Amino acid sequence: MVDRSSSESLLSIDTEINGTVGQCFAEDAKMSMRNVNVFYDKKQAITDVSFDLARNKVTALIGPSGCGKSTFLRCMNRMNDTIPICRVDGQLLLDGEDIYKKNMDPVLLRARVGMVFQKPNPFPKSIYENVAYGPKIHGLSSNKAELDEIVITSLQRAGLFNEVKDRLDSPGTGLSGGQQQRLCIARTIAVSPEVILMDEPASALDPIATAVIEELIDELKEKYTIAIVTHSMQQAARISQTTAYFHMGQLVEMGETKNIFTNPTHKLTENYITGRFG
Amino acid sequence: MENDLHLSQHISKRFNQELEEVRNQVLKMGGLVEQQVSDGLVALLEGDKALALKVVKNDAKVNAMEVEIDETCTEILARRQPAASDLRLMVSIIKTITDLERIGDEAEKLGKNAIKLATEQSNAKQFVELRNLGNSVKKMLNRSLNAYARMNVEEALDIIQSDELINEEFDNLTRLLILKMMEDPREIKNALRISWCARALERIGDHSQNICEYIVYLVKGKDVRHTSLDDIRKNILADS
Repeated sequence: MVDRSSSESLLSIDTEINGTVGQCFAEDAKMSMRNVNVFYDKKQAITDVSFDLARNKVTALIGPSGCGKSTFLRCMNRMNDTIPICRVDGQLLLDGEDIYKKNMDPVLLRARVGMVFQKPNPFPKSIYENVAYGPKIHGLSSNKAELDEIVITSLQRAGLFNEVKDRLDSPGTGLSGGQQQRLCIARTIAVSPEVILMDEPASALDPIATAVIEELIDELKEKYTIAIVTHSMQQAARISQTTAYFHMGQLVEMGETKNIFTNPTHKLTENYITGRFG
Repeated sequence: MENDLHLSQHISKRFNQELEEVRNQVLKMGGLVEQQVSDGLVALLEGDKALALKVVKNDAKVNAMEVEIDETCTEILARRQPAASDLRLMVSIIKTITDLERIGDEAEKLGKNAIKLATEQSNAKQFVELRNLGNSVKKMLNRSLNAYARMNVEEALDIIQSDELINEEFDNLTRLLILKMMEDPREIKNALRISWCARALERIGDHSQNICEYIVYLVKGKDVRHTSLDDIRKNILADS
């Protein structure tokens, strides 16, 4: 006779979302999101999402396509402002300061909360100019020597300097995909951001270039707070300390990465990370 | 298990198949090991030399199965990078087969000692306590394997508790053997052999207990090794 008692608890975990399970709030939060709703015209893309980005940690946002993770990432430095039909409700705080308040300059905000995109998108300019552009427009340097210093440090921090030091004047678009992506990361950190948002930064790269970027992310977290959207579960498992699972615009589960990948609480999380039918 | 961990619900049918296959291999290995323990015990108690030889010879099959399952698991880990319950299944299988292989070794010890005792024409049958210990251990192993097949945590916790009884029976038998040896020093050699067999049986109990701990880990995601049974129950009840 098969005893079913052990199976009941597993089967009883339903696939409905009743708020977020796990730990969404951090003791030392760099950014705090509270009751965030996002609409594209009448369609709701994000429903009542609340969580913290822990300072100097890597937080991975995972979930199936269309679950709202990229939309959410874009709210965090007001990239969605450029979409007229997009409306953001709720509170998003950067060190306790509301980033959607009236006198917040989105350009300055985006210098503090930088972004790296899926496809490397260097400017059609030299490697040097790509990195120097941000510090120039934000007036971060008073002379050429200072600017040189910023460019070199940023390229070094992005792990690209040694590969390009002899050709800083060549076009950034002439680099390999992985190098271009590191150039974009150098460009992001050149303006001394506090938070770096990454939207699938390695999905267009080969495994070696991916490993270099991942190593870089691990080093960058010493200085910056990082949120990364990724479709690669293994990548989330490798580089993040906290993982958030989104499903149909809701934050289903959030917690320590090691727990999410060995023993997730919610059935939907389990189904997604193990490749089961949801 | 099929239903409990939804092993057949992966989008990849091939992955479903691979997990099903490796699981069947483990159950098969469990069956073989169980037979080895049972045969080893009969050989010992009945002085059946032929059966004892067979047990010793068959240990190679158990070892080969361990290697084969290990390889399958390594391949699944490399190709599928399982996560969550799939990962726990892999880890629990890799650990379980190590314990099964060790149980196989203990069964082989029963066989080897049975051969020696039969050659010396010494009768292990006289020790009712040895038979009792053997039966308790056999039952514990059988229950552990069933609980593993059914992913039954409650049963696993029950079995962990039953190891205490086996330890008691082992102590009783040891006391009896010491008495025998004091009574008649000529019996020391054979009494020691019986004692080694008792030790082997007691170890099989410990390995069965380990398997039960892996069941708890697989189903509940909690590592309950080196924890008291009370704490384990509290830990699991707090969760559900």
